[in-house]
Amino acid sequence: MIITSRFFNRSELIGFIALAAVLFVILPLSLDVFRLNLVAKYLTYAFVAIGLVLCWGYGGILSLGQGVFFGLGGYCMAMFLKLEASSVENTKIQSTPGIPDFMDWNQITSLPLFWQPFHSLTFTIAAIILVPGLFALIIGTAMFKRRVGGTYFAIITQAVAAILTILIVGQQGYTGGINGMTDLRTLRGWDIRPDHAKIILYFFEVFLLFVCIGIAQFIRLTKLGRILVAMREQEDRVRFSGYSVANFKIFAFCMAAIFAAIGGAMFALNVGFMSPSFVGIVPSIEMVIYTAVGGRMSIFGAVWGSLLVNFAKTSLSESFPQLWLFGLGALFIAVVLAFPNGLSGIWADYVQPRIDRLLASRKSKAGAWADNSVADGAPAE
Amino acid sequence: MLIGHQPKPFLLAVEALTVSFDGFKAVNNLSFYVEENEIRVIIGPNGAGKTTVLDLICGKTKATSGSIQFRGKELTKLKENQIVQTGVGRKFQTPSVFEDLTVFENLEISYPRGRTVFGSLAFQRDDAVRQRVEEVAEMIFLKDRLDTYADQLSHGQKQWLEIGMLLIQDPELLMLDEPVAGMSVSERAKTAELLNRIIKDRSVLVIEHDMKFVEDIAHKVTVLHQGQILSEGTMEKVKNDPKVIEVYLGH
Repeated sequence: MIITSRFFNRSELIGFIALAAVLFVILPLSLDVFRLNLVAKYLTYAFVAIGLVLCWGYGGILSLGQGVFFGLGGYCMAMFLKLEASSVENTKIQSTPGIPDFMDWNQITSLPLFWQPFHSLTFTIAAIILVPGLFALIIGTAMFKRRVGGTYFAIITQAVAAILTILIVGQQGYTGGINGMTDLRTLRGWDIRPDHAKIILYFFEVFLLFVCIGIAQFIRLTKLGRILVAMREQEDRVRFSGYSVANFKIFAFCMAAIFAAIGGAMFALNVGFMSPSFVGIVPSIEMVIYTAVGGRMSIFGAVWGSLLVNFAKTSLSESFPQLWLFGLGALFIAVVLAFPNGLSGIWADYVQPRIDRLLASRKSKAGAWADNSVADGAPAE
Repeated sequence: MLIGHQPKPFLLAVEALTVSFDGFKAVNNLSFYVEENEIRVIIGPNGAGKTTVLDLICGKTKATSGSIQFRGKELTKLKENQIVQTGVGRKFQTPSVFEDLTVFENLEISYPRGRTVFGSLAFQRDDAVRQRVEEVAEMIFLKDRLDTYADQLSHGQKQWLEIGMLLIQDPELLMLDEPVAGMSVSERAKTAELLNRIIKDRSVLVIEHDMKFVEDIAHKVTVLHQGQILSEGTMEKVKNDPKVIEVYLGH
């Protein structure tokens, strides 16, 4: 039986160990703090990509609006940090000290009501999960209960991303507008800007990433994971097996939203600001591309996809700023046409079988050696 | 009427059922009744509304007017998954199985437990599930294919798998839409044998074109034509009905 009670099968275990080794050991040892912080930034998108694996890869629900949830999580975190950075002494030159600088510039004289609870870190952490979760629940319920799906759903999520961006930019007195929330300094008095803080934040983020990988893997292995796959293929058959398809879609969409929000919150912490340029249509589509390149059926693939595409983006956009976006588009088309399962599909189809063959032939050779052990010279290792 | 003589309650009572698609009445004022443990076959020319009737009963299509009572429950007001939970199972015309899942997983999904989101998260593959899956797999001739991905099954095996997925739900009313269509002769014989075994202790509503197959299994036959009943009764009676011969059996 292929049905095992193990959490990871052999190749997944290898994937897990490889990723853990790279993120926990190799990258921190080989990169300087600046580059490591860049990796931390790339990895915030890996959270989104893991969510998309569940929602899009497994559930077949393509969301082109994950930037919305990334943004909601990021803004929740940024609001807390911004409030802390806007203490009365830090802002005493403002006409109203004690409120964020952009409010002061927009002639707002007291902290708006919805900002008040973000003085509390506990509330903020809850909000990072609950605000995007509830928002996804509302969108999901409104759409999936009415059986809106496929392309229509994708377009609606894109519209939501556009609306939220416009809202954030337009309400600059409350949100910091197009510049976003900048100059974030401390987390409960702990300065997040110096190098050692960046390293700690990096490790904390990688830890959270593995927690999310664990949750996603758990969901994948339950019956719910199999129902998602079933639903993607034969929605009606699932429905006529007694399941409410809409509820399962809502669940997958909410999980993807929560993962994205955690990524957004980590973005605000690691990068030190949050702006609407990570919320709109283009970043949302980029997030889908990371997932597609890594492999939308593979949790680990999604992480690699986020890392590699972002590495490429940084290095290529420095040398060819004009061409980079075309390159990204071309990459997406190429992946969809030639490698629908992305890098992880290439690995599973071409690399893995070779490794297996190599191991198998070694094993049989080793067996042969063991049989006539004293025959001649030691085998070359 | 004699006191104390109650008419036997029907398992399924379809009354004055009408559905119209942009003015076209695919099913028009249709009434029929299915008793417990009855095998009813619906036949009729193409476009007679046979599949639409099944769609209406299982909730896939919403009725314009009329009622469908199953064990006294009004099905027209329920959602598809609720209808399944009251005990109505439906097989589609083209085999619809989950090709990216194994035979075991296909059957397991249909096992009637843990059907809510959190129920399915907490679902455990225990001995009861394994046993039932193996039992059903044996019935549908797929016992040694449990770990095979469904996309590697033949057309006939997919049809059996879907029948198995319905069996594991243990519905009181089983609706089959052309279960032997596209099957080889030997598969057909095996399917007839399978159906004869599984129709015990439940009512079955079958759409079929293969008249020999219909004769083999039907207790009662309903002939549909243009969304209405043309004739109803035993196979013998229907076969000799001049109206039926004219529109359906004659050619």
